[in-house]
Amino acid sequence: MAPIAKEDLAELRRYLMRFALLHLRDRNRAEDAVQETLTAALERENGFSGGSAVRTWLTGILKHKIIDVFRRQRRELATSELADDDAEGRDPDALFDAAGAWQTPPASWGDPAKMLEQKRFMEALEKCNGALPERLAQVFTLREVTGLTTEEICAELGITPNNCNVMLYRARMGLRECLEKNWMSEGRPS
Amino acid sequence: MISCKEVSRLVSVSLDRPLALRERFWLRLHLWRCRSCGNFAEQMTAMRAAMRRLASGPD
Repeated sequence: MAPIAKEDLAELRRYLMRFALLHLRDRNRAEDAVQETLTAALERENGFSGGSAVRTWLTGILKHKIIDVFRRQRRELATSELADDDAEGRDPDALFDAAGAWQTPPASWGDPAKMLEQKRFMEALEKCNGALPERLAQVFTLREVTGLTTEEICAELGITPNNCNVMLYRARMGLRECLEKNWMSEGRPS
Repeated sequence: MISCKEVSRLVSVSLDRPLALRERFWLRLHLWRCRSCGNFAEQMTAMRAAMRRLASGPD
């Protein structure tokens, strides 16, 4: 592998940190995961085929580090008081009436492309992702950020497909509700 | 006609696997008639794009 320029390494590290922080939601844990990733990369430099970008290769290593952290957390969560239903967030059924109609019908969020350019929306999203219950956030980020399939998530975290689908649904509903409160209700820019 | 609650679940499922023909039919029929659920479906898609943008950085 060709040596990486100092500024490229700094940029790579920033990217890996952002990726890890979005999943692990804790700066210390994210820094540890990134450090372990870079250490592992140096140890198995020969594993880099050159067929992909260095960033893609490092992200692949980091994904495994993140999953390792999730597995450890799940073992800890399973034996703690967090393992009750409260750890799964608010029941989305509360958003609907007895007939299954919306209690508060969703209003348009406007042009999705413009939304992504809004700093305040992205800040609210980051805040809301950080507020998701731990187990929901794990499944949600593995699906939405890392792009694992539900089958892969089930295998990695040892959960059933049905449980995985329920958790993804709850995470999405919880995140949406949080954005409604933290972004829409604060008078988003049009 | 399926309810908005069932539609919200189907929209979520559709982000994780292709829907069966029957599921797709009922979902499309409902979305055609219900603006609120149309907004909801757009929001779900936007949240996915935004999460990926968060990870890659404002690349």
